[in-house]
Amino acid sequence: MAIAEHKLTSVSPATASSGSFPWRTWLATVDHKKIGIIYIVSAFVFFLLGGIEAMLMRVQLGAPNNTFLSADVYNQLFTMHATTMIFLMVMPMNVGIGNYVVPLMIGARDMAFPRLNAMSIWLFLGGGLLLYMSFLTGGAPNGGWFAYAPLTQVQYSPTSGMDYWILGLGLTGIASIAGALNFIVTVLNMRAPGMTINRMPLFVWMNLVVSFIIIFAFPTFTVGSIELLFDRQFGGAFFNPAQGGDAMLWQHLFWFFGHPEVYILILPVMGMISEILPVFSRKPIFGYSFVAFSGVGIGFLGFIVWAHHMFGVGMGPMANAFFAAASMVIAIPTGVKIFNWIATMWAGDVRLTTAMLYSIGFISMFIIGGISGITLASPPIDLQQTDSYYVVAHLHYVLFGGSILGLFAGAYYWFPKMTGRMLNERIGKIQFWIMLISFNVTFFPMHIVGTEGMPRRIYTYEAGMGWDLWNFIETVGTFFLAFSILVFIYNVLSSLRNGEVASNDPWDAATLEWTIPSPPPSYNFLHIPVVNSRRPLWDAKYPHAAGDDHHGASSAPSQVRYEYTDEGTAGAKEIHMPSMTFSPMILSGGLTIAALGFIYINKDILGLPTRVAALGFILIGIVMVAIAIRGWIVDSRKDSPYLGQHH
Amino acid sequence: MSATSHAHHDEAGQAPLVGSLGVDSRKLGLWAFIGSETLFFTALITTHLIFYARTKAQLTASGMLAHMDPKHFLGINLTSVLAAILLASSLTMVLALAASKAKEWAKFRFWLLATIILGSSFVLGQAYEFSHLYAEGLKLAPQFVYEGETVKSLFGVTFFTMTGFHGLHVTLGVIWLIAVYFKVRKFSASPENPMDVELVGLYWHFVDLVWVAIFTLIYLI
Repeated sequence: MAIAEHKLTSVSPATASSGSFPWRTWLATVDHKKIGIIYIVSAFVFFLLGGIEAMLMRVQLGAPNNTFLSADVYNQLFTMHATTMIFLMVMPMNVGIGNYVVPLMIGARDMAFPRLNAMSIWLFLGGGLLLYMSFLTGGAPNGGWFAYAPLTQVQYSPTSGMDYWILGLGLTGIASIAGALNFIVTVLNMRAPGMTINRMPLFVWMNLVVSFIIIFAFPTFTVGSIELLFDRQFGGAFFNPAQGGDAMLWQHLFWFFGHPEVYILILPVMGMISEILPVFSRKPIFGYSFVAFSGVGIGFLGFIVWAHHMFGVGMGPMANAFFAAASMVIAIPTGVKIFNWIATMWAGDVRLTTAMLYSIGFISMFIIGGISGITLASPPIDLQQTDSYYVVAHLHYVLFGGSILGLFAGAYYWFPKMTGRMLNERIGKIQFWIMLISFNVTFFPMHIVGTEGMPRRIYTYEAGMGWDLWNFIETVGTFFLAFSILVFIYNVLSSLRNGEVASNDPWDAATLEWTIPSPPPSYNFLHIPVVNSRRPLWDAKYPHAAGDDHHGASSAPSQVRYEYTDEGTAGAKEIHMPSMTFSPMILSGGLTIAALGFIYINKDILGLPTRVAALGFILIGIVMVAIAIRGWIVDSRKDSPYLGQHH
Repeated sequence: MSATSHAHHDEAGQAPLVGSLGVDSRKLGLWAFIGSETLFFTALITTHLIFYARTKAQLTASGMLAHMDPKHFLGINLTSVLAAILLASSLTMVLALAASKAKEWAKFRFWLLATIILGSSFVLGQAYEFSHLYAEGLKLAPQFVYEGETVKSLFGVTFFTMTGFHGLHVTLGVIWLIAVYFKVRKFSASPENPMDVELVGLYWHFVDLVWVAIFTLIYLI
């Protein structure tokens, strides 16, 4: 009830914030919308960095026997490209859009734990910066994003790159778990009256599922990377077979996390698609429960298929058969979703907006990636294709053709809500077609060179293997792909300034975020809505159609108000939002500094001074954390929901 | 972290912080966190058991298991005392929570202090155990030295990592307990005190339970 309407003596922070130092409103913010924007912008910057890394690799591979990059730099680039795109781009982009949209969709005024939410964003940024710092301090991580042992042992990877990888991803991992706990509590505990579980928008559903996947998948990765750190820094030998360790143990610990991770990347995007398709087909989603529960099914099945990444190591026919069968079973809930999306568009009044084009692009490309996925789930086929460019083609069809096309759909769909301006639709459609075509030009030939035997992660190849032309075409495609990203950036920048002003509800949508102004005020809802169906806004706009289908709808219509400005915002000042605080950022900064010290605590670089400095960093970090915790407790008391009630 | 919740609960006259699920938000979050931590310790304990099984197989093959089993290092007397201390601290934690709910603050301070002292004793006892093991030849290294003989085994590495991370959790729990102690002392009239105590208690019992698992699986069996 901290955000509830009890009277407060102090001024609402939304008005108090516009003080002398405007950055304060961002650095000390606990507003889920601002935090969401910081996530989205920083994830996009990392997207550009990961894209530049990809282009450098494509230039190197554009011709046989190329000497543009050395093998060592190439190793660093493919490791950082994957690490960036997975942990610093798609995950935080999902979290950022979720952060912005989920509380609005369930009729809440903020996340359940606003300060913890702020800690997550700064910790994510700290981890990302730590990872990129490695380029300047002797070499980036170079063991691949799945960091196979024993390549990652200190004798085979002697730079500090892998230590940066372990601690950088450790920080983003804490951020992810804290964020997931926040989503779980928000979705379960902060829903507006009448917003039952079975009336939640599907995007909210998928965020809930993904949050549970995160809290159960990340711990094994944390343990694996802690053990790897002990190997590298303190003379352990967990993953070093020469000293009695076990390289397979790393693969099991990693993929027990790593496979659920791919659902962490795709499920929120499937949720976005499930919101966008109905709006632009002017029809309710076909088979709401099937879409929701197939998401839950994918979440569960995702935990019992990890070893299909390991067919190549020879686990024996029983294990292979089990993991192959389990992996193929996942095609069922995924297929259910695809059929439901198609059935949603079927006979609908389809409007081909940019968001809709991207959604359809998502479905089409994801089907191609899904089909190559099923082929890889079969051990005999996988043994032919593993570690070849066929796998690279597959994963880019599901993660780029899937996740990233879907994220662009989400960007075009929610940009008006977040900024108050529409993105230019004409430029958007041009950008979509450039991206879709160049995506296929870049990645489709990888199926072919893969089946022709080109291994992944090679920095160059001999001429005359039959790969030259395809590789050249792929490289050309990459440049058009980059061009389409530039067009998007131009669209965003020009639309922010001159774009058409967005109304509350520019798409004629059905969910609660479109009932409030664009962009929403800090308190989101002047009046907490009362929900009586899955499509509260359509009910309010089209009451005659509300009874058309009874899925999840009760007889009473939802009480949703359009909060147009002419209605006035009387009473807004009495809505108490959580106070701004720097404590979450100080805490995250302290942990990042301590992590940096930890990298060098046992390193023989420059002798004693390095270790003293490392120890100093750790101590400074601990002091900052201690100060931040004290400040956190003090600041949280300002907003204690219990004050103002008693005494 | 404080939790936010909706106006309508207030209007409906429900307890603050109790959201659409009917549970306190912080408690719900902590339960989910405990679920996550369970996987964390499962992975650590499993790693230890896998490598211990290998060491055992290797020693059995060379006929040396009877007198070279690394379990000989683990003094059951000291760790039984540590287990008793930690279990007792769970009892004092329960009593502290009951006292905070009954608003008997003198009693509460006594039981919470008792929990803090017992928890700290466990940490000190573990530090003593670690230094003792190091002196005897079990180190954070892929071999151990027992009665002058070197055996290639990851027992020390997995053992110290696992019990060390448990000890770290106990230490963080003690810091949390101390924070709650001072917060309640400063704001003894605050109605949120019982929930603050309940939350640290939940975490404390969980850390305790992990020790029961480690003690049983690693020391006893």
